[in-house]
Amino acid sequence: MLAAVAAALMGLAIVFAFFVAPEDADQGISQRIFYFHVPIALTAYAAFGWGAFKGLLLLWRKEERYDLESYVAIHQGTIFGSLTLLTGSIWAKASWGHWWLWSENQLVLFLVLFLFYSAYFMLRFSIEEGPRRANISAVYALFGVVLIPVSFLAIRLAENIIHPTVFTRDGPQMSGIMFLTFCIAWVAMSVLAYALYRLELLGKRLDSNLRELREALS
Amino acid sequence: MSYLADVATLARKDLRLELRARDTLPAMLLFVVSTLVVFHFALPAGADEVAAQGLLWVALLFTALLGLARAWAPERESGALEGLVLAPCDRSAIWLGKAAAVFAFLAAVELVALPAFALFFGSVDAATIAGVALASVGICAVGTLLAAMAAASRTRELVLPLLFLPLAIPLVVGGVGASISPDSGRYLAFLALYDAIFSILCWASFEYVVSE
Amino acid sequence: MSQAEYVAAAYGVVFVALLVYVAIIAAKLARLERETAALAELARDRRADV
Repeated sequence: MLAAVAAALMGLAIVFAFFVAPEDADQGISQRIFYFHVPIALTAYAAFGWGAFKGLLLLWRKEERYDLESYVAIHQGTIFGSLTLLTGSIWAKASWGHWWLWSENQLVLFLVLFLFYSAYFMLRFSIEEGPRRANISAVYALFGVVLIPVSFLAIRLAENIIHPTVFTRDGPQMSGIMFLTFCIAWVAMSVLAYALYRLELLGKRLDSNLRELREALS
Repeated sequence: MSYLADVATLARKDLRLELRARDTLPAMLLFVVSTLVVFHFALPAGADEVAAQGLLWVALLFTALLGLARAWAPERESGALEGLVLAPCDRSAIWLGKAAAVFAFLAAVELVALPAFALFFGSVDAATIAGVALASVGICAVGTLLAAMAAASRTRELVLPLLFLPLAIPLVVGGVGASISPDSGRYLAFLALYDAIFSILCWASFEYVVSE
Repeated sequence: MSQAEYVAAAYGVVFVALLVYVAIIAAKLARLERETAALAELARDRRADV
């Protein structure tokens, strides 16, 4: 049911992004990438936050299920984060002619976060399964959400001392319809992410149940 | 007050162990000077002094990583970490004691590195020194906790740099900014903010990192 | 590449990522099906023995 809703919303978002929203005067058609790129980024932040929240619950309530929920959320966040980097890079190339821009703070922030959360997986898969791994993963997830604002601040501060900001961009001043399109895309992406999250959780729980069954039977 | 006494005891133990073994600190000292020399050869001819300031931070970060990789080695080798965790002291005291010891080592290294840097690359001003001091607090606080996480992993030495570097990026921004920007106060304040936020986070979460 | 092609590329990347995800889930479902079939057989044997 959830997947159907997600599919419908995504379809609606695409229709709006391409047909209903007017073309941006400054950037032309490449501005339409923004309708997906920013919702994907926001969804990634939400996924990381959700993962950290579940990690906190694990440390506090010590129920095993929170570990899996935290892991899946961070996994989703990393996937959406990679997509943010990819779509952002394409947008940069389309708008400014470069595949990468150090002046795009959001892109740089996601690069740092991508490195951070990739290390999460390296850490997690090098520790034996068990409560120790769950605790360490949860603490690391909490460090992640604290890092998000601190990194953002650092990147802002770095603007003045690293590369000169050659490309300036006015913040999206959206007309009514553009804003509506953006909101639809944002809701659609969030629902999609949640549907994928539930799907992955289901798969992982099935895996662990099967493993238990196998051990019980053989 | 016994909390601080525990911390002091733990830190003193580490310092005494190092004084006897004398393996980590000389290695860090040699490493930082060698790195600075490599940087001289790595900098192209026209590179200015400002570019060199950034390299100081690279040298410090990687020297710190060297020391952090060995930070929990005494506990690991003797199986003492389990014993410490069972001890009646507050678990966060273990972290604070260890971080204080690592800070002492790092400070000793910086006492050599900063003059060496000034010698090879040009002067080092007060803002740089303040930046190095503040950033070292962050490096030791976060690095000690991350090293404890890495100690639980199979791939210890491999995973610690991966965990450490993303978290170190804000420190580099703060430190380099303090060195080269006319408004160094802002960057020093940012470093202090990082130290405060992450120290509290480390202090609160360390017991979960070492317990089952 | 014209601007429109970049836009298509960006949306395309997202779409392809989704398809890859679906493919991974499908493969996982197939594997799970095989495993449950094997376990069902194990259970049948067990019951026959008892």
